[in-house]
Amino acid sequence: MSKEKIALCEDLADIMPPEYQELVENATYGKEDRGWKDIGSSKELIEQHSLCAGCPESIAFRYILASLPNPEDTVFVGSTGCTSLVFPHVAVHNIHSLFGNQNAIASGLKRTLKARFPDVEKDVVVLAGDGATVDIGLDMTMQSWFRQEMFTTICFDNELYANTGGQESGLMQKGFVAKMAPKGKAFDKVRLVEIAKEAGCAYATMLTVSKPNRVEEVINNAVHIAREVGPTFVQLYTPCILEIGKQSMEGLDEMKDSEQIGGRFVARSYITDEAQVVVDRLKQEKKERKMAAKKLKKEMAVA
Amino acid sequence: MLEVMEVSEKVKEPITKIIRSKHELLGQENKKGQIYTDVNDIFYNSEQKPVFFTGSEVIKEAIRRCSVGTSVAYPITPQSEAAALIGELYAEGYLDEYFRGESEFAVMGQCAGASFGGHRVFTTTAGPGTLRAMENFPMWAGSRLPIQVCVTCRGVNSPLSIQPDTLEMHYLLETGMMVWHAETAQDLFDFILKGFIVAEQPDVHVPIATCCDGFFVTHTKDTVNLPDEKMTLTPYDPYRSPVTCMDMESAPIRMMRDPFVMKSNYISYATHASWQQEIKAAVERSRKHTIPLLDGLIDTINIDRKILIVGSGTAVSQSREAIRLLEEEGIEVGLVKIKTIRPFPTEEIREATANAEHIFVPEFNVAGWLAREIKAVLPDNMRVYAGPHVAGGMTMPSEVIRDEIKKVTGKTAVFMSDPMGGLQ
Repeated sequence: MSKEKIALCEDLADIMPPEYQELVENATYGKEDRGWKDIGSSKELIEQHSLCAGCPESIAFRYILASLPNPEDTVFVGSTGCTSLVFPHVAVHNIHSLFGNQNAIASGLKRTLKARFPDVEKDVVVLAGDGATVDIGLDMTMQSWFRQEMFTTICFDNELYANTGGQESGLMQKGFVAKMAPKGKAFDKVRLVEIAKEAGCAYATMLTVSKPNRVEEVINNAVHIAREVGPTFVQLYTPCILEIGKQSMEGLDEMKDSEQIGGRFVARSYITDEAQVVVDRLKQEKKERKMAAKKLKKEMAVA
Repeated sequence: MLEVMEVSEKVKEPITKIIRSKHELLGQENKKGQIYTDVNDIFYNSEQKPVFFTGSEVIKEAIRRCSVGTSVAYPITPQSEAAALIGELYAEGYLDEYFRGESEFAVMGQCAGASFGGHRVFTTTAGPGTLRAMENFPMWAGSRLPIQVCVTCRGVNSPLSIQPDTLEMHYLLETGMMVWHAETAQDLFDFILKGFIVAEQPDVHVPIATCCDGFFVTHTKDTVNLPDEKMTLTPYDPYRSPVTCMDMESAPIRMMRDPFVMKSNYISYATHASWQQEIKAAVERSRKHTIPLLDGLIDTINIDRKILIVGSGTAVSQSREAIRLLEEEGIEVGLVKIKTIRPFPTEEIREATANAEHIFVPEFNVAGWLAREIKAVLPDNMRVYAGPHVAGGMTMPSEVIRDEIKKVTGKTAVFMSDPMGGLQ
């Protein structure tokens, strides 16, 4: 793919904002094997963010956008929450409509893009918080999986309603004292990955964002499987440091602690055989590309 | 001889009521063998043939000719049949996408997604479904999505009723959508096709609710004149939208410097205010397209009379019969039929009622919202009598309208008691 859609008109190039000029010159649209390592050395698709200092969600956001296989043809669907504060700064189309209806929007959108562009792969990715995904939007989340809608759902699980000030959510751990749970949450953290598996996701996984390599791989797999096999679900622990009483520098430790044996976020995945074929093929293709690049490098060195 | 030639030359000139489509597919054939045709030619430059159909079947026939991309369905009486018939059109290949959603709230979100992606979108709902979907409607308007929802009005209150009742239209009035109210199945057919064309104009580009009274329009058979089914509207062109189509076919520009959701400053306030004002202005701008297409926002009969009935929907049909009954007794009454509730035909109603001494507003709802709308814009609004009303569960007999008019104007004794016990 190319950057033709964002190309500047030569006569007007000099009056375009510098952020946009950088995007054209130095973004990774169309780059094969783009990934989190591009962060810092190329123009990121997030211009800036207005989240709290040290917020793990902000870094998760950057990993995801750096890992999308095809950002030039990807449309995001968000929901109300902290994520909606970042999307105005993101260089992919994004829809924010209401709180909790993100998977309904994505269903209509994906089908329409498929009908309008039968020969182009247009990826739709939902990115919403745990309140939108599990509480107010669970019906629409699950129904999109029942219907086998071909898009990826990513849930930023911070175990509470962060944007409204730290209220109890369905993904909050049992016993946690929060606003609207003054005596501690009375029931267990909803097992959303298992729900996703039972509801028909071809790939459902849960992890923290402590390891960018892993996030990149998961996002890439999820988007490809959603193109070819069926709905995919990725649950990422992005703790709200503000609401759990942590400092800006403590987000990473919180994630690392929670993924230890016995923790709430020990990584787990479910994948169908059909989806596994896609993952294996992607791995093989990546390997071949790497080997070809190595070979080319060698040949050039010899020359 | 010369005169005859001039006449025939004139006949050749096609009638043009609204700006003609310049869509690249105009005149071409779709996969069903229909020809993409300009709305002016479908209605004013081709033969219309009568059929005897239910309102639900008429909705199907309208959608057959609308080049709709996506329709999403959900069962609720009395729109279920129409929604299912659109499914048959999908199975026959007239639509690209159609499926059953899980609730009206979800359906309206799915419709929004399809519209954000660039499709022409149609759906239907009714009564409690309209209220369940409600959060979506101002979102549609604010997002400038020209989706059409056909609202087949029914009761919304508890205890449960599935009977016709137009209360739900009241809830739609400030959503930023255009709201049109069909009296008959013919109106409904015309409004559906013309509604898309008006809603999709770049200077309008807001959603539209085409309302009709459930059962009376949806489930009764009526003679409706239809254009040939070989003609269909030119498709929606998402690149004429005043906002970006969410398909990543255009540069992903940064739409806001900062998200104004959380900001409390003057720029943020001004942005919100101007956006909302623009939605209202867009609805008002629809007049210039709607007036020629619908032949005015209101219809009038004998408005020089001292007693007038002003109404919308099937209340107008019942009023027509009431007027006939009154004329038998020598009482002359005129009629104003309101076709568009949003935009509201303020000036038209003022002018039409300028000489009236009594203005009756019969309504199929207990609230009398249309009477309030009318009272709010008329000088000397003591002339406006909010009634008679029925509140779901029954029709409004023409005799009730007749007797109410006689009672209030003191023309003769009352024959029938007020079914609402005098409630107004």
